[in-house]
Amino acid sequence: MKLRTIAFSNLRRRKARAAFLIVGLLIGVSTVVALLSLTQSLTGKAKATMQSYGANIVITPRSKDVALSYGGVTVGGVAVGARGLREADLARIAAIPARGSISVVAPELVGAVQVKGHRVLLMGVDPAAQFKLKRWWSVDAGRPPAGGRELVAGAAAAQTLHLRMGDYVRINGRRFTVTGILRPTGAQDDQLLIADLPAVQTVLRQPGRLTLIEVAALYSGAPVDEIVKQLSAVLPEAKVTTMQEAVQSRLHAVDEFRGFSYAIVGVVVAIEILVVFLTMMSSVSERTHEIGVFRAIGFRRVHITRLILVEAIAASLIAGVLGYLAGMAITYAVLPVLADGAAVAWAPLLGVAAIALAVLTGALASLYPALRAGKLDPTEALRAL
Amino acid sequence: MAATMTDIETVATTPQTGEAGADGRGARFIDARGLEKTFKGDGAPVQALRGLDLAVPEGTFLGVMGQSGSGKSTFLSILGGLSHPTAGNISVDGIDLYQLPGERLADFRREYLGFVFQSFNLVPYLTALENVTLPLAVKRMPSAEKRARALAVLERVGLGDRGGHLPGKLSGGEQERVAIARALVNEPPLILADEPTGALDSETTVEVMELFARLHHEGNTIVMVTHNPEIQRYFDRTIVLRDGRLDCELPACGADTPL
Repeated sequence: MKLRTIAFSNLRRRKARAAFLIVGLLIGVSTVVALLSLTQSLTGKAKATMQSYGANIVITPRSKDVALSYGGVTVGGVAVGARGLREADLARIAAIPARGSISVVAPELVGAVQVKGHRVLLMGVDPAAQFKLKRWWSVDAGRPPAGGRELVAGAAAAQTLHLRMGDYVRINGRRFTVTGILRPTGAQDDQLLIADLPAVQTVLRQPGRLTLIEVAALYSGAPVDEIVKQLSAVLPEAKVTTMQEAVQSRLHAVDEFRGFSYAIVGVVVAIEILVVFLTMMSSVSERTHEIGVFRAIGFRRVHITRLILVEAIAASLIAGVLGYLAGMAITYAVLPVLADGAAVAWAPLLGVAAIALAVLTGALASLYPALRAGKLDPTEALRAL
Repeated sequence: MAATMTDIETVATTPQTGEAGADGRGARFIDARGLEKTFKGDGAPVQALRGLDLAVPEGTFLGVMGQSGSGKSTFLSILGGLSHPTAGNISVDGIDLYQLPGERLADFRREYLGFVFQSFNLVPYLTALENVTLPLAVKRMPSAEKRARALAVLERVGLGDRGGHLPGKLSGGEQERVAIARALVNEPPLILADEPTGALDSETTVEVMELFARLHHEGNTIVMVTHNPEIQRYFDRTIVLRDGRLDCELPACGADTPL
């Protein structure tokens, strides 16, 4: 028999008290685990959603002469004589140290053309990159352009030019087939004719030239500011702009949710400490007589303190393991309600942290009751002698 | 001279013969001199002991009698290292108890004493065997050896087959015997018993006292506090306390001595 045998026997045979202590801790631990794993899962979902919003960095030629506005964002201008952006710049972007934090690089060339007596904007893009970047672009009963003789039309442009799927359009002598009509976006995209970048460069007689490059940086990667710094370094003649406001407000929302979760976690931990403290104080008080017997038969104060702590830590350990599992179960149940399609983020570290938190909380809250038990006067405790 | 732990360890490992040693320790195995104890509560101070002197040779079965409030339980708690005297000193086997530093008094209780309480004081969530093993729980000893020792003592008190039972499942007499087994498991030189038959019927009282008598014949020194004059015949010395002092020693006490 060792001290821990006594502690375990007490937990095993005084089931109601042990259960109260374990359930008290379990509720706290599971709440903390659920909140943190929900925060983690929702943050992941929010980042993925933000990723789908499109570019958060726009690269334009450094010029103030001609304003160029696209997508509601003023991205710079094109000046006569300015160097402008070139396709070769894409290779320089792909070589920056933080390239791993970039998910999409979408080069664009935009120019005005005459079609069926109307002036419209023709945009040359890398269709794969562009459609990945602008997930809201959806082609009704068609497909994105493939090759140099296909295009898709924005909803408003198609209406103005009376374009339908399969129609032919001649632009500056080059014939394009309409492979799709974009669903209305409510943005300037509705006015565009969109074709493959090399074809548009040929039609506009601007080989190798780009109007702007849109970049989507991963929110989970290097900070956007750092990516901007590196891009500015490799493209000194270009203007690298972050869509700071949008980025900041979206990240702020995530941070606020995280802050709220941490505040709740703090309150839960404080309540948990109080519950364990009161339970252990009550347990020590109830066992005063028994502690007197232990002291009378030769247990030192430190033995009594250790006995109480071992009991609390053993109960906390059980509560930590069960609390983690319960917390993850809550996450599985609640996450689909909060965010449809979000995946539960399993974090083994969270499990270790939950168990450590439970044990630490249990030990901390039991320290005073344990010390108090050790200091009980054996004669007072026994009242028999 | 202040006792040291070395004293405790040396004496605890020395075989107890029951004979007086060359230094006279055996003759004054328990040596109380001028013991005083005053309790200071909210009201007036209460003097429970008023200069008690007592010498008890090793191997004695000492009965301590007296009316309620005579100081016998206070004497037992001081002798048991549980309550500091206000004045005077007390030694057991040459160890001045209240000169022991720090937690050595707890070590003394563990190595030197076996307590048998009036209300058994068994731990309700431990089995009889675990209760008996309790004093060994904080000793450095293989668990198997602890268990073997506890089983042997349980056999000795006739409860070898009841080791797995919780105290609540045992009769009063059986619980008392478990309490005695717990007091014996450390093979202490001194057994202290406080009204061990107080909660027992007359038949069980005889059974328990026969057990104590056997332990006495095996050489144990026993100090028993009791109100029951019927068990006096088991003692080989009986003292009577009155008002915190040694009043007399049976059979020399007068017929009017209150027990």
